[in-house]
Amino acid sequence: MDLIKDGKRLDGRAPDELRPIKIEAGPLYRADGSCYLEWGGNKVVAAVYGPKEALPRHIQDSTKAVVNARYNMASFSVEDRKRPGPDRRSQEISKITSEALENVILTEMFPRAMIDVCIEVLDAEAGTRCAGITAAAVALADAGIPMRDIPVACAAGKVDGVVVLDLVGEEDKKGDADLPVAIAPRNEDILLLQMDGHMTPSEFDEALDLALKGCRTVSKLQKEALLKKYKTFEEE
Amino acid sequence: MGISSVKRDYLYRLAKDGKRPDGRAFDEYRPIKIERGVINMAEGSAKVSIGNTTVLAGIKMDIGEPYPDTPEQGAMSTAVELIPLASPDFESGPPRANAIELSRVVDRGIRESKFIDLEKLCIESGEKVWIVFIDIHVLDYDGNLFDACSLAASAALLSAKVPNGRFEMGEDVPMPVGDPPISCTFVKYNGVIAVDPSLDEDEAAEARYTVAIDKNGDIRAMQKGLSGSFTVEEIKKNINTARVISKDIRKVLLED
Repeated sequence: MDLIKDGKRLDGRAPDELRPIKIEAGPLYRADGSCYLEWGGNKVVAAVYGPKEALPRHIQDSTKAVVNARYNMASFSVEDRKRPGPDRRSQEISKITSEALENVILTEMFPRAMIDVCIEVLDAEAGTRCAGITAAAVALADAGIPMRDIPVACAAGKVDGVVVLDLVGEEDKKGDADLPVAIAPRNEDILLLQMDGHMTPSEFDEALDLALKGCRTVSKLQKEALLKKYKTFEEE
Repeated sequence: MGISSVKRDYLYRLAKDGKRPDGRAFDEYRPIKIERGVINMAEGSAKVSIGNTTVLAGIKMDIGEPYPDTPEQGAMSTAVELIPLASPDFESGPPRANAIELSRVVDRGIRESKFIDLEKLCIESGEKVWIVFIDIHVLDYDGNLFDACSLAASAALLSAKVPNGRFEMGEDVPMPVGDPPISCTFVKYNGVIAVDPSLDEDEAAEARYTVAIDKNGDIRAMQKGLSGSFTVEEIKKNINTARVISKDIRKVLLED
């Protein structure tokens, strides 16, 4: 099966085109900050609790807050039902997400505290880690957690030998490479970078360029979502 | 984490004056909102809000062996996930006793009302049957998870399709369902009984009572929880209240 035909991808997108993205800041009542995000067929909700006292005590850091992100997929979010609870994949994603978010949070303002970030994937169509980080960043801003930037993530990759932005299900499974990237958009520092597959150095340069371009677009959508919630407060 | 004594005193004081913290009457339910078919990957799904409480139920189906004692029936399983996203008091990890009780009470209402026609989910007697997985994700906890989870499970099942196509067995067909059970939950604190408890009332509760009512107003499942008690009269009164309220909830559940 051709993944690219006449310059168009399976879902009709151009190689450098993102799936439709919808972001809502603060949909949850109970959380300190939250975000609901739809990215193509992905539906993700993120919630932030904290900063609060880090418990159990032995995880406390006397110099800074601990950032504890938990990425979790709902049992019904994938084609074959997933058993509830963390598996090795979700534990790895939780770890690198925590680390990426910790980079931008001014953790030194909250010694002995912890900030919990819960990311729930409700519906999955490839690219859930990028969707999760993007949603978590909006939830952190919504919770009023001091950050030096609002992180954002987007993936690029290679299918049928062509470098493309934002891989969808079939492209992820049958494509040549996948490159999820998270950045702090103001200085474009790289906070998360993974790759699997096969790319030449020049293809990597091209893919990274494309992923950064995607990040810049998504970053604007994050800010619009936050403004939509908080601008109305200002006007009232 | 329990309720603070200040808050408990406040609830008790209000109760003495015949009031609830959110101003509702003791037999008044919060507004219900149901969104169906919200998850593409699921066979059926529904997001249900009761006031600020929001839960999401998704149905997945798989083919497996029937239980030896019911060789001609499909099987069902219900699991509620109290994920830390929904409340600062929920912790990650395997389900605790609370989540297990909740799952079992929701399961019992569906099972005992014969809401799913399990006989129609038999593919090959004694060999192959459909297994229905009802997974419920709590997204926002502001009280009364028993009713919210039950309602979401019912709404998701009503919207579900048997995925014959995915298993190369022909066309998808609607889930074989009958009449859904309607769950109605009450809590008792400081001598008053309130239907559809909010979070504060859930936390102040000394005793909890859940009843599943069918289309005819008959009782299909019950559960009394927590360390407090009810009198026989109180239980009977709860059932009568539930029979009235369940009619309105059923209307919301069955409308498109």
